[in-house]
Amino acid sequence: MIATLLIQRGTPTASPKVERFDVPFADGQTLLDGLRYIRAHIDPTLAFRFSCINANACKECMMLIDGEVDYACTTRLRDGEITLAPLPKKTLIGDLVTEIAPPDERINYATKR
Amino acid sequence: MIKFETDVLIVGAGGAGMYAAIEAAKSGASVILADRSLIGRGGATVMAMMTVAAAIGAQTPDHWERHLADTLTAGHGLCNESLSAILCEDAPARILEMDAWKVGWAREDGHIEQAHAPGHDRPRCVYVDFLNTGPAVSKTLRRHVQNASTIRRIGDLCIVDIAVEDGVACGATAIHMETGEPVILAAKAVVIATGGLTRLYRRNSASLNMAGDGYALALRAGAPLIDMEFVQFFPIGHLAPRLVGLDPIMWDPFRYKLGGILLNGQMREFEQRYAAEDGRHEGGRNDGTYVLTRDLATYAIMKEVEAGRGSPAGGAYLSFKHVPEAELRRAFGPVIDTLAKNGIDLTQRPIEVAPIAHYHMGGVKVDTQFESAVPNLFACGEAVGGANGANRLSGNAITEALVFGARAGRSAAATAAKASHRWRPSASAATLDLLRRRTPSVTANPAALIGELQGVMMDKVGPFRTQTQLDEALADIDRIERAIGTDPMASGAPFDAVLVDWLDLRNMVLVARSVTLAARARLESRGSHQREDFPGLDPRWQFNQTVELRDGRLALAADARLERSSHAAQPLADIPA
Repeated sequence: MIATLLIQRGTPTASPKVERFDVPFADGQTLLDGLRYIRAHIDPTLAFRFSCINANACKECMMLIDGEVDYACTTRLRDGEITLAPLPKKTLIGDLVTEIAPPDERINYATKR
Repeated sequence: MIKFETDVLIVGAGGAGMYAAIEAAKSGASVILADRSLIGRGGATVMAMMTVAAAIGAQTPDHWERHLADTLTAGHGLCNESLSAILCEDAPARILEMDAWKVGWAREDGHIEQAHAPGHDRPRCVYVDFLNTGPAVSKTLRRHVQNASTIRRIGDLCIVDIAVEDGVACGATAIHMETGEPVILAAKAVVIATGGLTRLYRRNSASLNMAGDGYALALRAGAPLIDMEFVQFFPIGHLAPRLVGLDPIMWDPFRYKLGGILLNGQMREFEQRYAAEDGRHEGGRNDGTYVLTRDLATYAIMKEVEAGRGSPAGGAYLSFKHVPEAELRRAFGPVIDTLAKNGIDLTQRPIEVAPIAHYHMGGVKVDTQFESAVPNLFACGEAVGGANGANRLSGNAITEALVFGARAGRSAAATAAKASHRWRPSASAATLDLLRRRTPSVTANPAALIGELQGVMMDKVGPFRTQTQLDEALADIDRIERAIGTDPMASGAPFDAVLVDWLDLRNMVLVARSVTLAARARLESRGSHQREDFPGLDPRWQFNQTVELRDGRLALAADARLERSSHAAQPLADIPA
């Protein structure tokens, strides 16, 4: 089975572009598995947040999946196209990574104290 | 360049790091609590599902010395008994403090409920329903960290090296993940609270930031590590069908509450057979519902698979078919729905389980103030080695995070109160030079190499080891180290995936080699370290090994402390240079 991930990439200063990745998968594998596959086998520069990998405990892998906010670690891969974009209401850092930390846990806040 | 000054720098904001921050702040120190991920959401604590051991005597009368006795038995003669005693003696105070902070320990009949986990002589483990221990502990600590005005919390900050001046820790050099910019942290005391190393293994229950960062930081700062050969495999990690949204070690709580029957591929029970045969294991416990301690259960499952009696995915079956649905629902509530979403109905079919890298007994060698051999450098939580010896008792990990975190935080604050800032540019020069050498030429894929290293460790430095496999692993590690080179690869983009993977791999290679060297030197089987070419525990090996970096090379040694107390210690003739 092959999932086609259409991923919005880029930085805040450049206009975003969508890149297409074909990801082979087995039944039950997740979108986060697919993103990690891309990083290890196709493009090591793809940036996305995750920490706990599978447990849905850290809540870091939240992104826009087919237009809906969801977790990459609990969304299953499926045949066909899936579009991925960074969270729309958060400041973009790069690729699928946005500024999700509470304001008082960011370095700019710490420098002012 | 951004530069911070603080009394105490804490590296890692899991359970241990947050507790350390709270206690250091209470002692009057200014604190920076740094994490490469979000504060209080990465690491191991947040993933914990159930048991936290403490002799609070709520379920049944208990004393911390009983807890200590069980901890020492599980540790197979290698525990640093002073650290084990601190762990068990302080545990009730931490658990009751968390209770006062409204963590929500499960209660029955008006008292805190305590579950009976394997290896304990009585019910001793508190928890939060349903499988919510880690999130509840993390949330409670996050609240207390947030309320302390002298703690500055900084996420997305990846510590690259501890800064050392004249042999004394004086801060750290980091990169800000968002921009890739170097950051200097000058501190009077530094606490490593980065957790363990289980991400070194292909099958693991770790999060991203548990690739042994803290061990590598300590080694490069000049601090010896201890007991690095002892990696705990959790015997019944989820294997199949694919399960998401739950930690793979979740079946342990199910067994505590509901029993659960372990079956081989022929649907036959096998645990009792290994318990009966077990010559390695003095006084093997049988509590009626949960037979084997972790090291022995791992052995039993892997031996069944090896004999061709494994389940289809290569593990064992775990069956709850004897448990009525209403009982499942009562014990685990919404978790049953999450299982259903994964296509798992425990009343109909067993799931498959297999050993999974879960915890590291080894770590930074510390004294009873939790200070390493490098002055002003402390460690706490899983990053510390010694308290659990050759095998950790179920339920001691979160306890250790809370107890050692509190102790290390207090010690670091006391040290900082007497110290002045020692950081000078020379303390960060080598690390800044490393970061300046980053190159956009990505000649190898660091993420792929991480996967390769995880395979090597799983297949050749797993629960069962031989000289041949360990030699092969060392050669593989050399090859991977050559492939990453000495200059960091980097994409140059924000949240630089290539750079972070490269820096991780730099740490992982060093730590993987520490584990492998120590495993190759120990010519016996003890606890979680099982040598197929040296079966059985050998009393002459009742001493700990340390590993440290000397002139860029890892050097093993017999630890002086236990050697003195052991009658039969032998010189380590077979230890490679």
